[in-house]
Amino acid sequence: MSVSKPLPHDAADLHVTGAARYVDDIPTPVGTLHLAFGLSPIARGHITGMHLHDVQHSPGVAAVMTAKGLPFSNDVSPSIHDEPLLAAGTVNYVGQPVFLVVADSHRNARIAARKGKVDYQEEPALLTLDAALAADSRFEEGPRIYQKGDAAAAIDAAPRIVEGSFELGGQEHFYLEGQAAMAWPQEDGGMHVFSSTQHPTEIQHKVADAIGLPMHAVRVETRRMGGGFGGKESQGNALAVACAVAARLTGKPCKMRYDRDDDMVITGKRHAFRISYRAGFGDDGQLQGIEFLHLADCGWAQDLSLPVADRAMLHADNAYLIPSIRIESHRLRTNRQSATAYRGFGGPQGMVGIERVMDHIAHDLGIDPAELRQRNYYAAPAEAKPDNTTPYGMEVTDFELHGMTADLLRSSDYAARKAAIAEWNKTQTHLKRGIAFSPVKFGISFTLTHLNQAGALVHVYQDGSVHLNHGGTEMGQGLFQKVAQVAASRFGIPLEKVKITATDTGKVPNTSATAASSGSDLNGMAVKAACDTIRARMAEHLALQHQARPGDVVFKNGQVRVGQDVMTFDQAAMACYQGRISLSATGFYKTPKVEWDRIKGQGRPFYYFAYGAAVTEVAVDALTGENRILRCDILHDAGASLNPALDVGQIEGGYVQGAGWLTTEELVWDDAGRLRTHAPSTYKIPACSDRPDVFNVKLWDGQNREDTIYRSKAVGEPPFMLGISAWLALSDAVAAFGPAYPALNAPATAEEVWRAIRRVRDGI
Amino acid sequence: MALTFRLNGEEVRIPDADPSATLLDWLRDERGLTGTKEGCNEGDCGACTVMVTDARGSKALNACILFLPQLNGKSVRTVEGAAGPDGSLHPMQQAMVDHHGSQCGFCTPGFIMSMVTAHANGATDFDDQLAGNLCRCTGYAPIIRAAEAAKDAPVPDWITRDRPVAPGPQPLMPQSADELAELCEQTPDATLIAGATDVGLWVTKQLRHLPQMIFLDGCADLKGIEVTGTTVRIGAMADMNALRAAMEPLHPSFAEMLRRFASQQVRAAATVGGNIANGSPIGDTPPALIALDATLHLRKGNSRRELPLEDFFLDYGKQNRQPGEFVEAVSFPRRPDTLKVYKLSKRFDQDISAVLGAFNITVENGRITAARIAFGGMAGIPKRAPHVEAALTGQPWDQASIQSAAASFDQDFTPMTDMRASAGYRLETARNMLTRYFAEKDGQAVSVLEVRP
Repeated sequence: MSVSKPLPHDAADLHVTGAARYVDDIPTPVGTLHLAFGLSPIARGHITGMHLHDVQHSPGVAAVMTAKGLPFSNDVSPSIHDEPLLAAGTVNYVGQPVFLVVADSHRNARIAARKGKVDYQEEPALLTLDAALAADSRFEEGPRIYQKGDAAAAIDAAPRIVEGSFELGGQEHFYLEGQAAMAWPQEDGGMHVFSSTQHPTEIQHKVADAIGLPMHAVRVETRRMGGGFGGKESQGNALAVACAVAARLTGKPCKMRYDRDDDMVITGKRHAFRISYRAGFGDDGQLQGIEFLHLADCGWAQDLSLPVADRAMLHADNAYLIPSIRIESHRLRTNRQSATAYRGFGGPQGMVGIERVMDHIAHDLGIDPAELRQRNYYAAPAEAKPDNTTPYGMEVTDFELHGMTADLLRSSDYAARKAAIAEWNKTQTHLKRGIAFSPVKFGISFTLTHLNQAGALVHVYQDGSVHLNHGGTEMGQGLFQKVAQVAASRFGIPLEKVKITATDTGKVPNTSATAASSGSDLNGMAVKAACDTIRARMAEHLALQHQARPGDVVFKNGQVRVGQDVMTFDQAAMACYQGRISLSATGFYKTPKVEWDRIKGQGRPFYYFAYGAAVTEVAVDALTGENRILRCDILHDAGASLNPALDVGQIEGGYVQGAGWLTTEELVWDDAGRLRTHAPSTYKIPACSDRPDVFNVKLWDGQNREDTIYRSKAVGEPPFMLGISAWLALSDAVAAFGPAYPALNAPATAEEVWRAIRRVRDGI
Repeated sequence: MALTFRLNGEEVRIPDADPSATLLDWLRDERGLTGTKEGCNEGDCGACTVMVTDARGSKALNACILFLPQLNGKSVRTVEGAAGPDGSLHPMQQAMVDHHGSQCGFCTPGFIMSMVTAHANGATDFDDQLAGNLCRCTGYAPIIRAAEAAKDAPVPDWITRDRPVAPGPQPLMPQSADELAELCEQTPDATLIAGATDVGLWVTKQLRHLPQMIFLDGCADLKGIEVTGTTVRIGAMADMNALRAAMEPLHPSFAEMLRRFASQQVRAAATVGGNIANGSPIGDTPPALIALDATLHLRKGNSRRELPLEDFFLDYGKQNRQPGEFVEAVSFPRRPDTLKVYKLSKRFDQDISAVLGAFNITVENGRITAARIAFGGMAGIPKRAPHVEAALTGQPWDQASIQSAAASFDQDFTPMTDMRASAGYRLETARNMLTRYFAEKDGQAVSVLEVRP
């Protein structure tokens, strides 16, 4: 059976030969036009005049569009229609698209876009959380509050209290392939759109509204993305809609891709947070109550900020049973890029909050932080505890971390290394090492319950080859291969017989974004359902022909066995075709058991939890704050893995991306609201040598306790949060310089580490 | 401009090339070779990496900031030419498949070409060879496993067969310093293109039109690095990889900085002359060279002049260079190695310095007899620290002298705050680098890069 095999990515051969096609690689018809946006240079104000003569007369320009010239809806928002394609009257951040240039080449469009002169009446921009809070500039009427018990009373009654506040920066996705889309106008006014998107149905919907046609007139195709990470869940809307309106206007195919600097200036990023906390606990470190205050910088438009901020609250407990807790979350509106989905979708921010608290408590008590964490864990499934519920009232029934933690601390030799590090640190003046353990418990399911559905379309051709389609998109995570492995397993055929095809809204409709780590869970099940439908039809027909019962028909090893008769799958397909059996089926799946009230903060938002644990060791330099990851050991729970090689790939990559978020990846805006880190020259994602020197990754030998596809677990987002252990290890290393708590902010750049060391050592 | 080069083994002639066209755009738009990707269009991500071979050997270069004329007479291999003519994968390609080295696949062609080039050159320091290739998916571990697995495989014959072609003479491509001197006098406003790692961005990011460009790559006599018993003379067209190799035995700390100066691709293109002539306050070689007491050799027509390197930098964006004058070489005296160069940046590899400090302190009989200290990132130009130098000179070589001299940094520098670092951090870490110099000479551990798990 092909599930559980460590097969390479379905397109690996195409990747390494350069044959894999991304949107910008698709050969374009003669006459294709290219688009670029003219951008707002100011953070907030009114447009009082537009002088686009020089743009119109720039070489190669075919058309220039403004908000007034748009035929129908001027809206690319994924949520509440607050995000116009082109600014209509007001601008709200530096980089907001104001006009659209249509030209004969990408370069000519870019050159022309810089020639626009737009007059603005500037207004004071809200560029900080404090400014937004003071102005009561927010989404939703007030803060969301989730709580369990009376946190304030529990904290006040606790023997010990720690409190603090820290900044947690955002993160640029830095998908290697920038945003891109292309629209081909069709004979009847419809559009065929190619988009680098995680959400083809959303693109279809926004394009249809923008050209005033029903969704059936728009077909969106996505073969693959060059990385997504959440950044292509809603941020591709603008390009696809721009292409469609320009194609409608000119009658020509239109293509748009952002130059990297434009991409970073225009598109949303991970939400930056300020997290404040007050925690009460016993002398043994047992948590009694916690209060969290989350201030989320949502940027200027709502986008997906509400569910992101919700998910941060839903991960404010991480792996710990907290008897009383209150989480207050403010979703603040600032004049920056509209923050958007990013791997973990708020979960990482919430989790950093509680891990910070655990780190602080361990420092306060002088207890080993790994030991402290374990003391506060949720109960294991077999263990009876009167209360094992999350702050939002969900019973934790699948808690794997007790066994995983013991295993990892042993395999990473945590205790001995911690002692050795302490000894080494005594011998050093300028350098210190640190080590930290951190666990991950991540909730799997879309919190917007209706999104937890998926469809698939499977054809078996008369020669026995299989055409596979589903609503998920491929962004590098290996979803297509995993789902193909499911299909091959259902039919008992080799993987080569299954053709994986581009996601296409004309084949599977009404899809959810490939997000929330849900791709394999949802689409794997939908494909299984479609395959099983066809298989049942085949079995019934073959059984009838061979005087057997359908239950006796076995699909295995490329063969179909009917009682004593054996035929190849190809022969079986041909027999069914000739027997006039339908060999095409759709499949559908919806996640069971989930039910969630986001206003009350009560229910079961998640079908299950995915778990992970990491131990990271770092070194820091007091003179400069320079720091480096030396070693990382990870044990991660992917359930019964559909493909261990792909899962390990997600874990390694997720860890490095998560560690990057909390170390070198610093977004800097100036006082005018301009993003100063808008290219890889200034925004530093981890490079090759930044990965740990020693990097041990293992999968936990378990299976999902819920009935998921082959009992596997989602693996896209959870490993990202293993990177938190790197940040905690830095805290540990900084703590070696003196008595005070390091109170690190994130990202812990060299400068931030240097500052923290001065605080700890010199009290500066 | 008429150009001839080899592309994936086939000779290509372009009768009328736009000299400011980049190889990347030409490959993708004109040749339909879309395997080579645009990730950043500024030479920082490596998705556009190609292998370029000439008589001096093979280099991995960023095609996004490589102008077509820079290829004249050379051989270019793109990802489409990494596999053999019969389709058999290069060992690095096969290893990347076997070790799950690709996820989204967009960076993969660039990685493949860096790996193919490293493999052709027998280089196995993969963290350095691949420092200029960013991957956002894998965390790099499987890529390195792939590179390690394939490193000992024989170099395929379609790679070893890559040979340069004979280019025709070109009007704006001088073949010697003399020809260049003449051209510069005739067209003093022309833009000189050495490695184009900076000028490339004028075209791709500033969208500038460059009316006249002179391509210097043919000036072989400017590429040499001459080491005699008394002097080291570095031709302006020596690239950073050549400089690194030359500095390794002489000033290893300088060489180590050059390892981190930029990625393999950028170092293979960037030249010493370019790093000096563009006058950037954050160019990494000038502070080190100033600390080595370097002399700059300028040439205009047949007249030459020399000046201390630090005097070349007048003010931000302003250098002591006449129209039609060009950097011919930089030289410094051979002295015992007392140089330490400290590069401070957000990321260790392929990052622009927040602060670059170069310290060259001579101690005789326990007393400091000379100190040359220069910084990048601390002022509008690469700049010496005269007050610190004066405070040190003549003092005993001890902690007290270091501490007392550290106070003088405030007199020498008023750095600024930007996206790389705050002013305060710059000033304090500059000071701390002097402490580090002393500690390092004292045998203490001072580099996290040298700490092993």
